[in-house]
Amino acid sequence: MEEYALIMRHQDGKALASPEQMQIWMKQTMDWIGGIAAQNKFVSGTGLPFEDARVVSSSHVVTNGPFGDIKETIGGLIIVKAESVDEAVEFAKGCPVLMGEGNTVEVRKIAKGDGVH
Amino acid sequence: MEMAHDIAADTFLQAMETWAYKGIPANPVAWLYTVAKNKARNSIHRHQVFSGKIAPQLQNVASEIPEPDIDLSDKSISDSQLQMLFAICHPSVSTEAQIGLSLRILCGFGIDEIADAFLTNKETINKRLFRAKEKLRLEQVQIEMPDAAEIDKRLETVLTTLYLLFNEGYYSESKDVQLRNDLCLEAMRLTYLLLENEQTDLPPVNALLALMCFHASRFEARKKENGEIILYQDQDETLWNYELITKGGYFLNRAAQGNQLSKYHLEASIGYWHTIKADTPEKWENILQLYNRLLQIAYSPVAALNRTYALSKANGKAEAIAEAEKLNLTTNHFYYVLLGELYTVIDNEKALHHFREALSHAKTQPDKQVIQQKTDRLLNMSRVSS
Repeated sequence: MEEYALIMRHQDGKALASPEQMQIWMKQTMDWIGGIAAQNKFVSGTGLPFEDARVVSSSHVVTNGPFGDIKETIGGLIIVKAESVDEAVEFAKGCPVLMGEGNTVEVRKIAKGDGVH
Repeated sequence: MEMAHDIAADTFLQAMETWAYKGIPANPVAWLYTVAKNKARNSIHRHQVFSGKIAPQLQNVASEIPEPDIDLSDKSISDSQLQMLFAICHPSVSTEAQIGLSLRILCGFGIDEIADAFLTNKETINKRLFRAKEKLRLEQVQIEMPDAAEIDKRLETVLTTLYLLFNEGYYSESKDVQLRNDLCLEAMRLTYLLLENEQTDLPPVNALLALMCFHASRFEARKKENGEIILYQDQDETLWNYELITKGGYFLNRAAQGNQLSKYHLEASIGYWHTIKADTPEKWENILQLYNRLLQIAYSPVAALNRTYALSKANGKAEAIAEAEKLNLTTNHFYYVLLGELYTVIDNEKALHHFREALSHAKTQPDKQVIQQKTDRLLNMSRVSS
């Protein structure tokens, strides 16, 4: 069993959503995560709120959020257990973020810290 | 600790010998306590171990007539039980062995019952308990309350033990209603002991007691006189104990202090929603979200199955069937019960097939009865509609 990070990317982090819409997304996300947890495949996860986001560049210039220059932004990530990358991809397919046009979920294997990976 | 263990074992042995010839006494629990106390007193006289602490208490015990109701709230008994609980829950001993020792020494469980609870055999349990006692001896663990920093670490195991003790009573196969209720009350009493102590009056402990109160409120309503289980939706809610429900609410409120969210908080909140009988969308949406969170911090097959049932109530059966098929619990009879429930109305033939599968996997009589009830109901329903 490997661990994979499912990284949710939003095409447009600046897009405003109504509180009602936010609530629906929240429920869908919680149901999606609950479904993975019900298979005992959930490891951990966190949402990454857009407020108070900062970008620190190589010259230590700090800008407010990634939204000025880059349109695409990370909204959150969860880590799951999966037999293979294919199973992790199946989990990713259920992510409600994908209902948004242009949004993506990136699947990445977690390094084991064994000096090889 | 060794002595307490010997006394418990001796007492149960004497019970078996005496009861076999003279019949079971009117109040077996009181009888056991009295015999155990007498044994403890004799033992203390011989060994002079606990002379300062326990002996004065024991002199008050009436030696000739067994009291029908022995006062268990007595402070020094409480204190020594709490101390014993924490001594057992020492980090040098594996969690499983801690639970086993607690069940054996504090609750007088038989090796058979403990083996059952752990889904293993007597030999394994005997070895595990023996090794654990050796460890406690080597570590020279004292029977005393640990200091504040240590309490936090050990409290989790203590709570797990009490939780399992309560479940043992609540879901026991035994037809002896009194005995089962006693196990639950014993678990609640020990949990309440923790709340009476300032150091252990903590949010998860309050949440655990709230959970127990909510469950215990259905004692009267969930079993027929012959011990047969009455399903939640068939229960007469006028038999629910509203005093216990109110108490549960009180402890859940106290549990809300601080920002810790334990599995007991989530389970108690689920228990709270079950004290509202009416099937509202709000109820099931809340239960679903609580299970979603519970599974993230503490997976269990039961929680996974209940979550899927809540999903069917909140989001519809089609979604729940798809999710159920991913659960991979094909050796669990409740898995087939769930599938049977989900397919009922949608495809009664499939539902029946799953209930039969469930019946073939069920091990205990109460479980088989519940499944049979569901099968009968389905058959009645099909007959009416056809």
